[in-house]
Amino acid sequence: MGKPNDLVQGTLDLLILKTISLEPMHGWAIAKRIQQVSGEVLQVQQGSLYPALHRLEQQGWIKAKWAESETGRQAKFYTLTAAGRGQLGKETASWNRLSAAIDMIVT
Amino acid sequence: MRWLTQLRRRTEMLFRRNGATARLDDELRFHIEQQTAENIARGMSAEGARLAALRAFGNPALVREQAHDTWSWTSLELLLGDVRYGARTLLRTPGFAAVAILVMALGIGANVALFTLVRSVLLKPLPFADPGRLVRLYERSTFGDFPFNQSAGGVFAEWKKQSRSFTGMAICGYAGYNLSGAGNELPETVRAATFSSNLLPLLGVQPALGRNFTADDDQPSANPTVLLSWGLWKRRFGGNPSIVNQTILLDARPYTVVGVMPSWFAFPESAIQVWTPTYFKEPPGHMKAISQHDFRAIGRLKPGVTAAEAVTELSLITRRIHDQNADDSFVSVGANIRPLLDSLVGDVKTPLYVLLAATGCVLLIACLNVANLLVARAASRRREEAIRMALGGGRMRLLRQHLMESLLLTAAGGAAGLALAWGAIQWVVSARPDMARVEAIHIDGVAIAFAAGLIALCALFAGLISSLSGRGSQVLSSLQDSSRGSSAGQARVRLRAVLLSLEVGLTVMLLIGAGLLLKSYARLRSTDIGCITGNVLKMDMTLPEVKYKQPAQVAGFFETLLGRVRNLPGVEAAGYVFPVVPGDGYGGDHGFTVVEHPAPSRGEAPFAMNRWADPGYFAAIGIPLLRGHTFDDNQQPGHATEAVISQAFARQYFPGEDPIGKHLRAQGDKTYEIVGVVGDVRFAAGEEVRPMMYFALYADSDMNGATLVVRSGRDVTQYATPIQRIVAGLDRDLPVSDVLTMDQVLGRGTLDASFDATLLGVFAALSLVLAAVGLFGVLSYIVAQRTSEIGIRIALGARREQVLRLVLLSGLRPALIGLALGLAASAALAREIQSMLYGTQPLDAAVFAAVAGTLLVVAAAACAAPAWRASRLDPMQALRTE
Repeated sequence: MGKPNDLVQGTLDLLILKTISLEPMHGWAIAKRIQQVSGEVLQVQQGSLYPALHRLEQQGWIKAKWAESETGRQAKFYTLTAAGRGQLGKETASWNRLSAAIDMIVT
Repeated sequence: MRWLTQLRRRTEMLFRRNGATARLDDELRFHIEQQTAENIARGMSAEGARLAALRAFGNPALVREQAHDTWSWTSLELLLGDVRYGARTLLRTPGFAAVAILVMALGIGANVALFTLVRSVLLKPLPFADPGRLVRLYERSTFGDFPFNQSAGGVFAEWKKQSRSFTGMAICGYAGYNLSGAGNELPETVRAATFSSNLLPLLGVQPALGRNFTADDDQPSANPTVLLSWGLWKRRFGGNPSIVNQTILLDARPYTVVGVMPSWFAFPESAIQVWTPTYFKEPPGHMKAISQHDFRAIGRLKPGVTAAEAVTELSLITRRIHDQNADDSFVSVGANIRPLLDSLVGDVKTPLYVLLAATGCVLLIACLNVANLLVARAASRRREEAIRMALGGGRMRLLRQHLMESLLLTAAGGAAGLALAWGAIQWVVSARPDMARVEAIHIDGVAIAFAAGLIALCALFAGLISSLSGRGSQVLSSLQDSSRGSSAGQARVRLRAVLLSLEVGLTVMLLIGAGLLLKSYARLRSTDIGCITGNVLKMDMTLPEVKYKQPAQVAGFFETLLGRVRNLPGVEAAGYVFPVVPGDGYGGDHGFTVVEHPAPSRGEAPFAMNRWADPGYFAAIGIPLLRGHTFDDNQQPGHATEAVISQAFARQYFPGEDPIGKHLRAQGDKTYEIVGVVGDVRFAAGEEVRPMMYFALYADSDMNGATLVVRSGRDVTQYATPIQRIVAGLDRDLPVSDVLTMDQVLGRGTLDASFDATLLGVFAALSLVLAAVGLFGVLSYIVAQRTSEIGIRIALGARREQVLRLVLLSGLRPALIGLALGLAASAALAREIQSMLYGTQPLDAAVFAAVAGTLLVVAAAACAAPAWRASRLDPMQALRTE
């Protein structure tokens, strides 16, 4: 699996917002999904994931609901709020700008 | 709308914290379960899968805390944690907590009480419209040097007519009435004042009931009208609003009640119970006189006019009157102005500020003491703190806890202090009803905010000092230091010694202040007033003119009464005087000339205090007759031609001459023959002896009041009731007022001094106790810290006396330094209270010596017990204890 890449500062929020923009998900599934979609390149540390989720929830960008998980146990599912959707747009745009800029220098 | 949702969420987080914490735990557990399930699915054993999941997860406690940190209100939660922790540690040492809280309560309570007094009396604006522009107008007189003299009616009239600096000007006078009883009520004497009909509009005040005087009421020919005080209306008339437009009998004359003043209205002082119109009450001649300074003038400055400009203008007008009447020596040459507030509270200003400074000292001492106690606690908890720091406890966090502990102590102390202050203020209000603006004194929001500020300040002060002593950087040395067998670090001991020196220094200052005031009070009480004060009773009565129209009727009443009083068994002597007995105030003065002397140059006529007396007065009150004789018995109305002068009068105006047989011209150009010289009396304790002239009681045709003086060999108060019964037998409508013994008269005159000295004495005693407690605490602590060291010393052969001396010295050294500091500071500051001292120098050696002695004795006593305990240590025990 190799040493997981550290996430670029501040991008975890973007990843979380993007991930749950498709469907409500619980914490474990979010981590799993990011890992899978990035082809095992991005490993989300639990030490960062849960504080980030709670912070986003406090900011009102995502909201949580307790529902039954696929295993039948109660789990906390996170959904994007309207404000969160706006934030996602903003963060995506800013990420695109940043990565394009880095691209121009590196290539 | 977003802030609204956020607000809702925040509120939710505030109240559902426990649930949220449980859910967070559940969420994290779910994560681990999922990971475990996945691991099992990959083919791990159940136990291996769980351990792998936990490993991957990291430190769950940390994750939980970090997630928790993102919630709102974390700082509040931390704060609550600190409060809980602080309260728990304090409860573990209830003795310490109780002492510290008590100390703070005394300090804060005294300050809040004094602050409330100072603010209510000195700082709060008067309850009148735009009070900043209200001023009291004075005449500036050069005869006798009265820069702030009362105004004469004629001068006031000219001011009012000519000046352009004021939007309005009103005049107030003095009065007193016999209020007759209706039905079964007793007649009583009421304190009264007069004011011109424009005073209330000038102040911006409306009567609570009824109306103000009209201009028509305010003239000599008007029907008599009166305004009642709220207190009198409630007490005497049952608060019945129908009193308006009814009549009451004042001096046996019917007055129509036109209104009732609001309860807070106390002008010019709180004892006033009825007001009548000035120009109605005073004879027109009096209101035109330019050299009878009998009124208080009030003005409202026009916007844009400064007090200095107004003074210049009024002075010019006054000067003109003076120059036009150069033959009258008692016309003032100028004018003066003071803010109305200053004129009402003038006398209490310095004492109140001195007392406020004293309570500030007490608070500082209390803070130092609590800081000292906290330092001691910090010392005994060094190891605990060192361990916490070694484990990674943040310094800020520890500092916060220190502050929180001291905040809890001061807050509890402050709450108790507020209660104390409330009680103290109730006491002051009841003990000093004579104080200016006493009706305005109560604890309000500002006083409570002040208390809160004090609490915060003290908490910060005490908490910071004790945390500064923490020296957190030396974790290792703390851990080593507190291991057995070595003595405590010296830094803390030194800090405590410095705090103690400061405390002792402040205590010395308070003690010296109190000592000076007490000594000057004792001096004041022991001044020879010039007459007998033991077993002498006085009472005032005024015969209403309506009923006693003829001077012969007045004389008849007084002679009959005197005869009956003298016949009471046990009464040794009795007599009359007017207007006041010695020690009861200035009374009055009058200009005079000596017929046998050359006429004084223009405008330089002498004046002297004047009294009226009957022949028996001097013997009754024990004023010695030095030369000649007292008034003859033939000094009846219309034929009173004799005068008696005091020794000071004879010395000043008849140097090297025999005054007997000379003549005085005074009292409306009548001539009196001097028949005797009597001893000097003082008009108030602590005042200089001044020249005084006595006229026969019936010298003035309109004489209708007098003070009866009775002396007995036994307890004289037992005659009060029989004499009042005799008076009632002669005239059942006549009230008798101010029935007092001479000792009470003098006590009333020195009430201020006794009040100030008592309060300052209490504060000083308080701080002495605090300083003693501080000394005792520090020394006990040092002894406890050095137990093993002392044990070793004794084991090695140190003698008990040596140990005793060692410990005593370490306690007495800060006390001695503090004493030196305090003496030096007092010497520098004592001058500030000079105006409150009588017959006592600010640098009174006896007081300084007594304070130094007291402090040394108390300090030695406080140090003795711990020192003695140290010298009795059993070395074996000492070395075993840790």
